[in-house]
Amino acid sequence: MNAPDSDPLIIAGTPVGSRLMVGSSGYPNQQVMLDAIRASGAEIVTVAVRRLDMEAGAESLLDLLSGRYRILPNTAGCFTAKDAVLTAQLAREALDTDWLKLEVIGDRDSLYPDVEELLQAADTLVRDGFKVLAYSSDDPVTCRKLADLGCVAVMPLGAPIGSGMGVLNPYNIQMIRAQIDLPLIVDAGIGTASDAALAMELGCDGVLLATAISGARDPVAMAAAMRHGVAGGRLAFKAGRIPKRSNAQASSSFAGRIRT
Amino acid sequence: MNEKATPTTSIRPKVAIVGAGVCGLGVAWRLAQQGCAVTVFERGEVGRGASWAAAGMLAANVESEPGEEALLSLTLEAQRQWPAFAAELEAASGREIGYREDGTLVAAVLQDDVERLRFTYDYQRSLGLDLTWLSGREARSRESCLSPQVSGAVWSPNDHQVDNRFLALSLAEAATRAGADIRCGQRVERLAIEQQRCRGLETTCGFHAADAVLLAAGAWSRDVAGLPVELAPPVRPLKGQALALGMDPQAPLLTSVLWGPRGLYAVPREDGRLIVGATVEEKGWDDSLTAGGLMHLLWELWQLLPGTEELPVEETWVGHRPSSRDDAPILGPSAIAGLHFATGHHRNGILLAPLTADLVAEGILQDRAPEPITSFGPDRFAATPSPAARTAAQ
Ligand SMILES: Cc1cc2nc3c(=O)[nH]c(=O)nc-3n(C[C@H](O)[C@H](O)[C@H](O)COP(=O)(O)OP(=O)(O)OC[C@H]3O[C@@H](n4cnc5c(N)ncnc54)[C@H](O)[C@@H]3O)c2cc1C
Repeated sequence: MNAPDSDPLIIAGTPVGSRLMVGSSGYPNQQVMLDAIRASGAEIVTVAVRRLDMEAGAESLLDLLSGRYRILPNTAGCFTAKDAVLTAQLAREALDTDWLKLEVIGDRDSLYPDVEELLQAADTLVRDGFKVLAYSSDDPVTCRKLADLGCVAVMPLGAPIGSGMGVLNPYNIQMIRAQIDLPLIVDAGIGTASDAALAMELGCDGVLLATAISGARDPVAMAAAMRHGVAGGRLAFKAGRIPKRSNAQASSSFAGRIRT
Repeated sequence: MNEKATPTTSIRPKVAIVGAGVCGLGVAWRLAQQGCAVTVFERGEVGRGASWAAAGMLAANVESEPGEEALLSLTLEAQRQWPAFAAELEAASGREIGYREDGTLVAAVLQDDVERLRFTYDYQRSLGLDLTWLSGREARSRESCLSPQVSGAVWSPNDHQVDNRFLALSLAEAATRAGADIRCGQRVERLAIEQQRCRGLETTCGFHAADAVLLAAGAWSRDVAGLPVELAPPVRPLKGQALALGMDPQAPLLTSVLWGPRGLYAVPREDGRLIVGATVEEKGWDDSLTAGGLMHLLWELWQLLPGTEELPVEETWVGHRPSSRDDAPILGPSAIAGLHFATGHHRNGILLAPLTADLVAEGILQDRAPEPITSFGPDRFAATPSPAARTAAQ
């Protein structure tokens, strides 16, 4: 289905095979995870460095994913810039990639980013040569600052992590889109396929999600649904939707049909 | 059962078993009862692997998860076998194993957690499982020390418990009484495989010939040399931290097994110990007890059972679940003649013990997987070999 793409997503100069990116935790088991990721069509899979067996022993997450997917390490569980930077360095060494999903969490209940720490960590990591994909609040100012610092992608949340509430502030996402030329990826909050489609219709370049698939009743089927949701939303965005009207207008009118 | 004396003894296979956890010991007991010459090799002491670290829950119902419906038929069957198995084992070993039928309560405090519990409950009910939704008040009328904040719960009458440490020791005793030879402190270094056939084992004490070999080395099952890597069972160690608190046995805070929303459980034993587990960590062989791990367990527990605050901590430990890729056990004959598997039991090895013992023993005697476990053989993973196995196969 990923037709050799006339419309590829390019991050840091690298074409990425799918606009849907997925997480790797929270599944009922590893087999369901592998089947769901395959059904999602994703090429990028994120892994939480802190929850990982870095030795990549047989049957570990890394053993199962490597060679099949582009692994995007993330700094989930980091609460300070210092923590995030150390975790990033560990990941680069162990996983042999300078791509990083930067996440610096501000509080345990909302899992909102701590903007101050996030900007500081992004700055340090970009200078250190990382390709930073930054998880951010859906605030145009912060997103612009992250772009200015040299991140390769900006990833505003749709809603709090794991909440499944969808894109709660589409207006913000649109504002951010208007300001930023970098890949813009909605990360977190997606609950179902229409949420993913909406994010794409707003002009985002991609969607990153985890719980919506791993916690669904049938994760493999939901993964396929997300794949279609993202693809449909992207096509709709490119196609250009009709303006909304307040009165009906028949799709076929006599005026149109009787042609001489 | 006195089948040792029957004339069929001579055609019984001579069996060597790697690992004296509940899996290896259960099969050893059943085979010895059938008159086989059985030797169990254990590099350490009996039952000190995952079988020691477990909580002993026999929880087919509340632990069932989407995508694991096939496993559910196995765990429910094991649950049905437990009462008779417990009675038979206690009689055969002369030891008690602490089998209790008090049921399991799953409780939630926060509204989000109540809703998630309802989602899981609806799914489990759709499978026909015997579960009941309770209000917070109804839950507290079952367990009076539950926090007043508990606002929703699920009651599962058929999810019971056993003292897994007693179980392992008792299985070892029963197997020994039936004639099995359990050799502790003897590590199996290599499976002796020639021309696609397993002929015995190399141990730290030398070669041991056998007609059939059972690999039941728990989370270490891939580490026993001799098997080509693509045929090694897809099992990994899945770390779990747990602890035990001491309750007053005369006035325990809890009588049924209690589950919380984020994987926490508390299992009350007759002697007053309250087993609190367990973290689920993809950390390979890491065996450290961490502040975060213990904090998570104690915090989640405290929210449900505030009275635990006063209790002494009696023990803390780390175990490694032998987790297969799909969380279901890997049972029966392998692609190598004479080599059988009983591994990959993940969180269910104690629950599945009766069934593992019977069906794997039967598979060894008949050299063919019996019907109930044909879909739990190692061949089910062939479609997605791990990269390590793929490289080796090229
Ligand atoms: C924290 C925790 C909680 C759990 N709670 C439950 C629960 O409530 N209910 C449930 O059903 N299950 C539970 N489990 C899972 C259960 O413990 C396991 O599924 C079960 O014990 C597996 O038994 P086993 O015999 O395969 O492995 P083990 O008990 O680990 O036995 C394997 C044995 O093999 C030996 N061995 C390894 N390599 C060699 C070698 N080369 N030579 C000789 N000997 C060797 C080891 O020393 C060990 O004694 C839990 C597990 C953990 C870690």
